[in-house]
Amino acid sequence: MTASGTSQRFPSNSAADGGLLLKLTEVTKRYPGVSALSNVSFDLRSGEVHVLFGENGAGKSTLISILSGAQRPTSGTMTFRGAEVEFSSVADAREFGISAVFQEFSLVPTMTVADNLLLGSEPLRGRLLNRRGLRSAAEDLLADLEFPIKANQVVGRLSRAQQQMVEIAKAFRSDLQVLILDEPTASLTETESGRLFELVEEARARGIGVVYITHRLGEVKRLADRVTVLRDGHYVGTLAREEATEDRLINLMTGRVIDQVFPDLTHNPGEIALRATGLTTRTRSAVDVSFEVRAGEIVGFAGLVGSGKGESARACFGAEPLLHGSVHLHGDEVTGSSPRRMLKSGMFYVPPDRKSDGLLLMRGVRENIALPSIRLAQFSKLTLMRRAAEKRITDEVAQRVELQPHSLERPVEQFSGGNQQKVLLARALVRDVDVFVFDEPTVGVDVGTRVAIYQLMADLCESGAAILMVSSDLPEILHLAHRAYVFHRGRIVEQLVAPNITEENVLRNFLDREVA
Amino acid sequence: MTSRATSGSRASHLTLLERLELVFVKIGVLPPLLLLAIIVFSQMSDNFLDIENFENVLRQNTFLIIVSLGQMIVLLTGGFDLSVGTGTALVSVVTATVMADSYNAGAGSVGFAIALGMVVGVLAGAGVGLFNGIGVSVFRVSPFIMTLGTSSIALGLALYMTSGVPVRGMPPKFADIFGFGEWAGLATPIWVTAAVVVIMTVVLNWTRLGRYFYAIGGNANAATLSGVTVRTNLTAAYVIAGALMGLSSVLLTARLETGEANIGVSLPLQSIAACVIGGVSLRGGIGRVSSAVLGALFIGLVQNGMNLARIQSYLQMIVLGGLLIIAVIADLIRQRSLSRLAAAGILG
Repeated sequence: MTASGTSQRFPSNSAADGGLLLKLTEVTKRYPGVSALSNVSFDLRSGEVHVLFGENGAGKSTLISILSGAQRPTSGTMTFRGAEVEFSSVADAREFGISAVFQEFSLVPTMTVADNLLLGSEPLRGRLLNRRGLRSAAEDLLADLEFPIKANQVVGRLSRAQQQMVEIAKAFRSDLQVLILDEPTASLTETESGRLFELVEEARARGIGVVYITHRLGEVKRLADRVTVLRDGHYVGTLAREEATEDRLINLMTGRVIDQVFPDLTHNPGEIALRATGLTTRTRSAVDVSFEVRAGEIVGFAGLVGSGKGESARACFGAEPLLHGSVHLHGDEVTGSSPRRMLKSGMFYVPPDRKSDGLLLMRGVRENIALPSIRLAQFSKLTLMRRAAEKRITDEVAQRVELQPHSLERPVEQFSGGNQQKVLLARALVRDVDVFVFDEPTVGVDVGTRVAIYQLMADLCESGAAILMVSSDLPEILHLAHRAYVFHRGRIVEQLVAPNITEENVLRNFLDREVA
Repeated sequence: MTSRATSGSRASHLTLLERLELVFVKIGVLPPLLLLAIIVFSQMSDNFLDIENFENVLRQNTFLIIVSLGQMIVLLTGGFDLSVGTGTALVSVVTATVMADSYNAGAGSVGFAIALGMVVGVLAGAGVGLFNGIGVSVFRVSPFIMTLGTSSIALGLALYMTSGVPVRGMPPKFADIFGFGEWAGLATPIWVTAAVVVIMTVVLNWTRLGRYFYAIGGNANAATLSGVTVRTNLTAAYVIAGALMGLSSVLLTARLETGEANIGVSLPLQSIAACVIGGVSLRGGIGRVSSAVLGALFIGLVQNGMNLARIQSYLQMIVLGGLLIIAVIADLIRQRSLSRLAAAGILG
């Protein structure tokens, strides 16, 4: 590597160049129709914790999937200890001592901790497994990391935090140089998180470079040596520990020209359309949740992933079993109704994960848009489909959401993420709906689609619909919601009304301050 | 495999290989296989390309076509039905027993005995399907285990009822009409099959039920959230598959003139192979009536060609098993090409 390779965009003292582990230069990753990353540069030194900070869809995950060899960049170069490298697989990156712990674990739940830890490099005696050696190697590894886990436990029976420890221990199996952690505290308790932070600090002390993804400010303060902020797939800036104040970070994370993204909204609240009282889901993911949504207003559910906001909304639609509580739609009790009954009563739920819960990926746009509505008279008579009408109606709706390309018979899986999301939303526009639930309506979509989706919600709201928007994306809540409920660990901890829905007021409940 | 992965849009200047790949992705596995089979067998036998031979193939394969249509519906929902083989045996025995008893008791007319036997046969098939459907949709047994278990139960019942002896004593008219009869120059089973094809085309393309089958196989969660009652409609898929299997068995019984407990052994493999070769996805959600029909006809043509070329039946089994596996591999390659071409922006 040449001396000029260090971009002046990084506030780095070139003396530290000797400790440079990984360096990405002008990396771009394109998917059909979307650029997940555009010309992002990033570097990592040994013995530092470099936090990647940004909203959902900012490109953090794409960046680490490139670092860890899970994906290849469309263009750009990567160097490791000064030599240019190209990883074709995760195993490839692991050869260089680069290991990632993703939110989705790569563990075999039916095997023991020891088997999982040494999967793929089991010690042998002759040509047979050296079972005792395997067990003791695993025990040594766990003892070295001071993890309170027994090597002979079956992974599937461990808690999520313990499974994460196993995953981390797996990364330490070989000579670890770079440890990548993707929102590691997302599902950990306070104590478990504390243990994780110690571990990260130990790794730093050993000279390992740590890439740490989070959107929790407390963790940035506690751990970060440097913070790189990404937004909409672009590099925004890198801050040193001292510069990374809360204000600065939030400004960098959300600092687009807000007025161009969010539409103007008028607020004419009418009758109560949806009222939930004391909802507790069977899985206790939401506890004693009460709220109401009026016609002509947008109500936001803010909170982190796993705070129970989505489950509460799903429970209203009959898609999540309830333990206690009641749901009223326009004053009629509908507690425990099936999604089918709720659709019939005028409620529509747009799920957050279009791939697993929303779309028939291999079927065409027309069928997808029509599916929730095909029992309506305009789509079918007795059981026979009225295909001409179906085609006409779905065509209109596809135009309304500006589907690109406008091709009704093309399988949904061949569209870009943003356009898949448009198909998902278009399904709600075919029938008469007066209560909409949008659960994470802009996950993984580009800014252009975001704007279209926000405008759509504004139009619906102005025409008198009640809208419940569940979102982990803070700006959405701040700029669209007339009222907001803030969720934390399954409960509503605060209710805010329009002028008071500010970053500060929401974040106060939303982030784990205790961490700091 | 992916080392040649293209990036960016470059639809304008494709290599010859990419053009071939594009054609393959668009038309699927069946046309190349069909072309190959026709070339090979027309070389091996002079009679293969005769019109008469083709009608022969059509008539002999009516049973497979009907069963494959049922199989396809279950495949669309993301399952499969291994009980179509011994189910065929059970229905054959039931049909023959009921028809023969009714005929010999002389309670009603000959026509009544025939109609009763046929209706009970189809209902028995639907019953087998209902049993499968309840297991799969209500108790959530995997389709593999459920239909495998049913398969053993059906065979056991058929053998228990007959002790393995063929059931005789049906009115000869049954075989005369439904086994060997002709109408307007075509065999009765061909007419029945044509009717089934028309009905299934309507069901799959023009009814809500058909739409639900695709939706359940395409994404069961999405279907539930869209207001589809998955349990009922999934059960319906197995019931329809069972009823079609029943109908096919009744026609086969007419052709054989006896109720047999040892028929249908190769049907599970052949019907699944027919669907897969025709382009029905094993993961659910994709398939057309034409896929199952053409797939079944292809298998019929291959068998016929091998018969004309005097290839032993044992060797034929090897060829059919191999074809199924080749079709699945080809389909996987096609899926991979499809997503790669779509990502590279080549697919229009």
